Amino acid sequence: MTGYRLDGKTAIVTGASRGIGRAAALALARAGAAVVINYARSEEEAREVLAEIERFGGRGVLVQADVTDYKACEKMVQCALDHFKRIDILINNAGITRDNLLARMKPQEWQEVLDTNLSGTFNCTRAVIKPLLKQKSGGRIINISSVVGLHGNSGQANYAAAKGGVIAFTRALARELGSRNITVNAIAPGVIETAMTAVLPQPVKEQMLSRISLGRFGKPEEVAEVILFLAAAGTYITGQVIAVDGGITM
Amino acid sequence: MVNILEKVKKIISEQLDVDESSLTAETTFEEIDADSLDIVELVMALEEEFDLEISDQEIENIKTVGDVVNYIESKL
Repeated sequence: MTGYRLDGKTAIVTGASRGIGRAAALALARAGAAVVINYARSEEEAREVLAEIERFGGRGVLVQADVTDYKACEKMVQCALDHFKRIDILINNAGITRDNLLARMKPQEWQEVLDTNLSGTFNCTRAVIKPLLKQKSGGRIINISSVVGLHGNSGQANYAAAKGGVIAFTRALARELGSRNITVNAIAPGVIETAMTAVLPQPVKEQMLSRISLGRFGKPEEVAEVILFLAAAGTYITGQVIAVDGGITM
Repeated sequence: MVNILEKVKKIISEQLDVDESSLTAETTFEEIDADSLDIVELVMALEEEFDLEISDQEIENIKTVGDVVNYIESKL
């Protein structure tokens, strides 16, 4: 895909069994990184990601952990250290949607989305930060936000709040960790062809399509390219939000 | 006692990249330009070396190298 190399580095990718997480895990592994393939429930699909990585001679390990559970995140980080001795890159990707108009949104729908998308990002980052500081060799934290976190979207007040929170978290951490050469950036994907967007009704898809300058939905691999760039290069980029959205926002 | 001071000085010099011989029990962290993240990293190293947990409140009370030594001695 590119000339970027990550040999000798370890990356943790949350929600790596499908969609953007899967594409990120594959891209990082192809670049030579050892990848922790995290999943919460989709064990079968996560196994396939590992199998594909092993087919091209990459290194990876499966770790089941629900990112809403801080203790589970700590165990995941320990597992990464046990297997690969170090951690260099964290991709906070695990995310869910529970779309509903606010007037119909149940408190549980609000909470679940906040728990996974925002608190999950905190949990994994908190679990990884001490090893990262101890290594004294910098690091990369890449948070997957959404254009919805920047601009909002009807029916996604919960998701918008969580993804907007991820952006604010990204900027605060970028300031906190810059002196240690740990960069923290967010990516704001637009409509990407994944299981998450596959469930959208056809009229909604067509309406979205009409607003995308490039006239098509994005592929997970196109987001993974930017993740790889930030992980392997991007040495002077921190605290930024990079929209990968085909021009749905400008 | 001296042993702990020497150990603490060694950890501080490694963590904060300062000359070990310039450190005394009276040296303040302000003098050696340690910011809040430096202190957190130092605490991480101390917790590991001495196998103890230092609370946020206790961290706030640590102003000098001697404070660290006294604190560790009180815990051992």
